[in-house]
Amino acid sequence: MAETKPRIRLDKKEVRKGQIVDVKTLVSHVMETGLRKDAAGKVVPRMIINTFNCEFNGQFVFGCDLESAVSANPYFEFKFKPMESGTLKFTWIDDEGVRIEAAETITVV
Amino acid sequence: MVRRLNRREALAAGAGAFAAGLGSATGPARALNDYAEQIAKFTGGRTPVEGRVKLELPELAENGNTVPLSVAVDAPSGEGAHVQEILVVAPANPNARVIRFRFSPLSVPEASTRIRLAATQDVIAVAKLSDGTFFSASRQIKVTIGGCGG
Repeated sequence: MAETKPRIRLDKKEVRKGQIVDVKTLVSHVMETGLRKDAAGKVVPRMIINTFNCEFNGQFVFGCDLESAVSANPYFEFKFKPMESGTLKFTWIDDEGVRIEAAETITVV
Repeated sequence: MVRRLNRREALAAGAGAFAAGLGSATGPARALNDYAEQIAKFTGGRTPVEGRVKLELPELAENGNTVPLSVAVDAPSGEGAHVQEILVVAPANPNARVIRFRFSPLSVPEASTRIRLAATQDVIAVAKLSDGTFFSASRQIKVTIGGCGG
């Protein structure tokens, strides 16, 4: 898989306790459905990111299980409420078990 | 040698294609897969109550390859029952399941992504709350060009 850095955008990195942070993530991936045929008529095997997880200080925040109906270069937007300062860790896992990881820090003032 | 279309033929072909597009866009939503079983599996056989889930999709998608989808559930986060999961299914896609969002007490029960839709259909979202109740919403979307790679 082409190693490109996932793009992550937080609407704010400094928040008051319990304030909602909006998180947008975008990662490059073909998300091959397994339904498409190549020029020779052979089915192109499925190759998708099947799991996305986001943890904050080791605690699960948000995740999803993807199917082939998720568009190429999966985009997610979600919101969460940090109660303390810490690190958001993002993990994407594809059908071959390749993990793509990223992290962002948030400060609660 | 490929014969080039003259202008009149090209216009006629274009009009035909346009009519065909309209036909498929206004046709009934077809169920080609096991979406009902997928929902039953998700709810453990319980029938979700319609409401509380807000499912947002464009009314018309010209390209089924990237259709923006947003779901939100009207449920208090923090105290009381919180939203654990939301399953999205597409009855007219080759595979019913589209995505399953997983939430926690830290997250707000709202999420957006981009999905592929094969044809015009009623997309369904089912939310599972921590007290074992299920809520659902469905929304029709017209798809001009399917996006599941034929």
